Amino acid sequence: MQDLLSSLVSVAFHGLAYGMILYVISVGLSVTMGLMGFVNLAHGVFAMAGGYVMLSAMNSYGVPFPIAVAIAFIAVAVASMVLERLLYSHLYTAGELEQVLFTIGLIFMSVAIARLVYGTLPQPVRLPDYLTGQLHFLGRDFPTYRVFLIVFSISIVGLLWFGVERTRWGAMVRAAVDYRAMAQSVGINTARLFTLTFALGSGLAALGGGLGAEIIAIQPTYPFEHLVFFLIVVAVGGLGSLRGPFVAALLIGVADTACKYWVPEFGAFFIFFATIAVLLWRPEGLFGKAAA
Amino acid sequence: MTHAGGYIADPRIRAIEWLPWVLVVLCFFVAPTYLPLGSYVLTMIIFALSLDLILGYGGIITLGHSAYFGTGAYAAGIFAVRVTGEPLLGLLAGTLAAGLLGLITGIVILRTRGLALLMLTLAITSLCFEIANKATSWTGGADGLGGFTVQPILGLFKFDFFGKTAYLYCLAVLFVCWWLVRRLVYSPFGASLTGVRENNVRMHAVGAPVYQRLVISYTISAALAGLAGALLTQTTQFVGLKVLGFELSGELMVMLILGGVGRIYGAFVGPLVYLVAQDYLAKQFPEYWYFGIGMMLVLVVMFARGGILGIVDAGIARLRRRSA
Repeated sequence: MQDLLSSLVSVAFHGLAYGMILYVISVGLSVTMGLMGFVNLAHGVFAMAGGYVMLSAMNSYGVPFPIAVAIAFIAVAVASMVLERLLYSHLYTAGELEQVLFTIGLIFMSVAIARLVYGTLPQPVRLPDYLTGQLHFLGRDFPTYRVFLIVFSISIVGLLWFGVERTRWGAMVRAAVDYRAMAQSVGINTARLFTLTFALGSGLAALGGGLGAEIIAIQPTYPFEHLVFFLIVVAVGGLGSLRGPFVAALLIGVADTACKYWVPEFGAFFIFFATIAVLLWRPEGLFGKAAA
Repeated sequence: MTHAGGYIADPRIRAIEWLPWVLVVLCFFVAPTYLPLGSYVLTMIIFALSLDLILGYGGIITLGHSAYFGTGAYAAGIFAVRVTGEPLLGLLAGTLAAGLLGLITGIVILRTRGLALLMLTLAITSLCFEIANKATSWTGGADGLGGFTVQPILGLFKFDFFGKTAYLYCLAVLFVCWWLVRRLVYSPFGASLTGVRENNVRMHAVGAPVYQRLVISYTISAALAGLAGALLTQTTQFVGLKVLGFELSGELMVMLILGGVGRIYGAFVGPLVYLVAQDYLAKQFPEYWYFGIGMMLVLVVMFARGGILGIVDAGIARLRRRSA
């Protein structure tokens, strides 16, 4: 009984950490897809880039951890803004197929660049001393870094939700998601809104990629390997919403951890199966609005 | 995306349509050392044709067509291990298995559109991959499935070391597939399929059985993909997990886009150019190779949406205008 309880707590804890990281990475994808209707398969590239920027800042230049995280966020957000203006913005009106092909092309290029610069091996993660070790809590030990991840992600999610629900910028984003033409006609500069939102989403992905480097290893195949999970979070949660992907990410995080713990012989089988079932039941996702 | 292909009134085979076949047969005599690569190219042409049928004509965007290719490949391999090494029966097994999977999944997923459909195709491939990865007693898992022998075709033609038989075998199968796809595309069925691609709502409005057409074409496409997979299994005498991977679906899409979507011969040109280039470049500069592929995709989407054949068409049109 004691064993079962402790493994339940452990699975819930690690699943929560994994789910939070998945959410921080994927939430930008949900917003950009909902806002612009753009099928951005290359979203994982920003997460990978964030991981590489953070780890090389720490490993090669000795930058302290908090600053490295900030650098990753800013660098990727700025880079994605440039990409959005130069390339993405030309394809908003194009068909789904073009968007899919274009973003697959970006994935291929980023994989090649990552391999050229960093080689094929996963990047080592060296955490600062104050984040290693265990925290003693309620008679159990929890890895400090995972606790930090969960707390940090929750605060980011809180900030994001506050931003979207309570600020003027958030109101504009919600207006543009609901009815873009109307938002434009009341004088909202949707093009600029898109660029900023895209940059924020990519920056968050970079944050997730960097912070989660210990859970999801940073290596060149990253955008391909984990794309399915990012997309599942968004598709199952529902496009354009913040809450849907949150629920979906936590479900996936816990379910995946539980499967790996108790039935490793099935791998990710249940996740994919559940995804198919949910999408057949509700094609627009758990919290999505019916397709326009 | 501008599609050049579709229903035409005159379905007779034009003279130029024999050109690829002449070239393919010529290759057999001119470049005997490249026959194994040639067999692979022919196999991928079949695979690309199957994708062209649903993507180019039906307008179904899928990221998971390798599910059917892989199912066919594994079905043929398992059939050879457990039942018999007779190649034609093996092909049949691969085709039927993939076609059945295509029918079942098609019935289920083709009710959705857009992102949900894209996700479902991806999820199904991932599911198949996990099954093949974990059911090691049947599939060999990550080690792959090998150690089976493929008997001579019809009991007459043995698979030889130089790949001559394999090449001609692939050629014959490709010819049958090409004939079938061509018949299908130029039939009223193909016309209604093109209609669905061009304007789904209007096809519903004129009373066309859209869903049924899509399911049928999806099933046929899956069966063809399975056939290609079975062919690969028999010519290489090995099945690896790669046949079910997302990368293969991506690469296939690249090949088809490169050649030109929705025009049958795009599926011929794309794999040929892609795989020959890969054979030369990928071994020497693997990093640059993937970068080049990505770059090319971005450029094709930005500037040349018809692929190579689209560029050729535009060139011919310009020449005509100048001479007129």
